[in-house]
Amino acid sequence: MNARERAISMTITFITMFVFWLLLSAWVVYLPQPYDLLEVSKGIICALIVTLVSHELLVPRIGENVLVKTRRFIPYIFWELWQIVLANLDVAYRVIHPKMPIDPLVIEFETTLRSDFALTTLANSITLTPGTITITVEPEQGKFLVHAIAKAPADALLVDKTMQEKVAYVYMEE
Amino acid sequence: MLVIDVIATVLMGVGAFFMITGAVGLLRFPDFYTRLHATGKCDTLGEVLIIAGCMVYEGFSFITIKLLLLMVFIFIANPVGTHAIMKAAYLTGVKPWKKGDKRM
Repeated sequence: MNARERAISMTITFITMFVFWLLLSAWVVYLPQPYDLLEVSKGIICALIVTLVSHELLVPRIGENVLVKTRRFIPYIFWELWQIVLANLDVAYRVIHPKMPIDPLVIEFETTLRSDFALTTLANSITLTPGTITITVEPEQGKFLVHAIAKAPADALLVDKTMQEKVAYVYMEE
Repeated sequence: MLVIDVIATVLMGVGAFFMITGAVGLLRFPDFYTRLHATGKCDTLGEVLIIAGCMVYEGFSFITIKLLLLMVFIFIANPVGTHAIMKAAYLTGVKPWKKGDKRM
């Protein structure tokens, strides 16, 4: 990490930490009028300490095309939220149905994804979407082992591959 | 004020419904993995809807932001927890239930 990257990393960490502190302890800072600068300086000192100790954890390196990835990630979040609602309705249906329409199977598939963020996003997305839970991930081959509750959700991952394509598009790893 | 009460009640009620469904699924489903399907998924939306109900009921303040952060952390932490339990079970050799087997 060169000096410029270190400066960017520390700035981002400091801003994040200070804003987080402001949000969590805002009643201390804003409610007693006028502003109590001593309280604010406590926040600044705490944020500085955290920044010095752990900026390499929050921003380990400056990735490529961060802005494009962020812009592509936001629509993905909304799609994912809708998938979560569908997943819950699906499970609720299977639980409440008297005959309990489940037929569990374990499936395996490979993806083109390699980076940690992309693999984590896909693993979490699989767990949150209808009828499937990730069991293991092998990062070297991008191989996923998934437990599906019935045939239909398994086919959504094996045949349609909508989610893999979406994650690959977001992280530009097609 | 009444409209806010109704919205908050509906959100919390639907959330409670999903939590109860998760509990029923835990009792009805045949084995470890399928039970995790019920609890792991229903809890996410159930908790988030209950928190959303609290947000609407309290009105907009700094507490809203705290609750919003809570929702984000639940969305990240819940699948990770489910995934960790699932992996532990798989690696220690818990056999998945197949259709036609008797309940475990």
